[in-house]
Amino acid sequence: MSVQLDFLKTIAYFAGLNESELEQIKKLIFEKTVEKGEIVLYEGEPAEVLYFVAGGVVKVFKTSAAGKEQIISLARPGDSFNDVPVFEGGLNLASAEAMMSVTLYGIRKTHFRNLLREHPRVTLNTIQVISSKVEHLVSLIEDLSFRQVTSRVAKILLEYARSDSDRKTKLTQQEMAAMAGTAREMVGRSLRILEEEGMIRLERHRIVITDEKALKEEAGVV
Amino acid sequence: MVVMPSFDPKKCNGCGLCVSVCRCQALVLVGNVIQVIEKEECGWCTHCEAVCPTGAISCPYEIEVVG
Repeated sequence: MSVQLDFLKTIAYFAGLNESELEQIKKLIFEKTVEKGEIVLYEGEPAEVLYFVAGGVVKVFKTSAAGKEQIISLARPGDSFNDVPVFEGGLNLASAEAMMSVTLYGIRKTHFRNLLREHPRVTLNTIQVISSKVEHLVSLIEDLSFRQVTSRVAKILLEYARSDSDRKTKLTQQEMAAMAGTAREMVGRSLRILEEEGMIRLERHRIVITDEKALKEEAGVV
Repeated sequence: MVVMPSFDPKKCNGCGLCVSVCRCQALVLVGNVIQVIEKEECGWCTHCEAVCPTGAISCPYEIEVVG
């Protein structure tokens, strides 16, 4: 399958570019398919490619020396990952693993740097994308530093709740624990607390948010 | 069709811990391989996921807002 122009239009880096410019960019992009569980890139290896998710979900995570995993983000269709190390020219800051069968579009570091020189619009878009990622990371630091575990779990549930059934990302308790920087058992305990307080209902393979307002208060979000 | 925990045979080491903790006999060890049997009684307790040392079993949740 070739790189789809319609999809390129949805990528934040390429917003506002005309068809002719997108056709030029399309030649620099390659497509890659990875299966569930496959590692797309490893933390610490030289950063070579900026990836965009065309289909599926990719888990971006760091691993401690003791083997504990901290999820930085989940990249969904339209999202990018490995941005900063590609710009900075160093090593991959995190690893990335396919959570299901995933289709990726990639652009090599040298090609992207040329794009930044040749297309000012791409440069402006890049600043916006990176700023948004910084904002996300600051929020993550805030959560890990200041929020109690149950509040962090509440925030994760709100973030991943979907009313549109086509875009559901399923999470295991282990994944929630990795995002919340805690142990799986604490996530289980937090879910039971939230259920007892009437904010959620635990069903077979579903967590139903029954009181979104109260859950937002618990999570400390507006 | 009953949604059951998902199982990755590539990660399974055949330890059988999941079989031991399953409360509805939805998991059986055949040779050195786990088989997941569709069971209405599976209450999604997630104990199988919790005890698995290799992450071969996962019990993911959809998260929905209704109120």
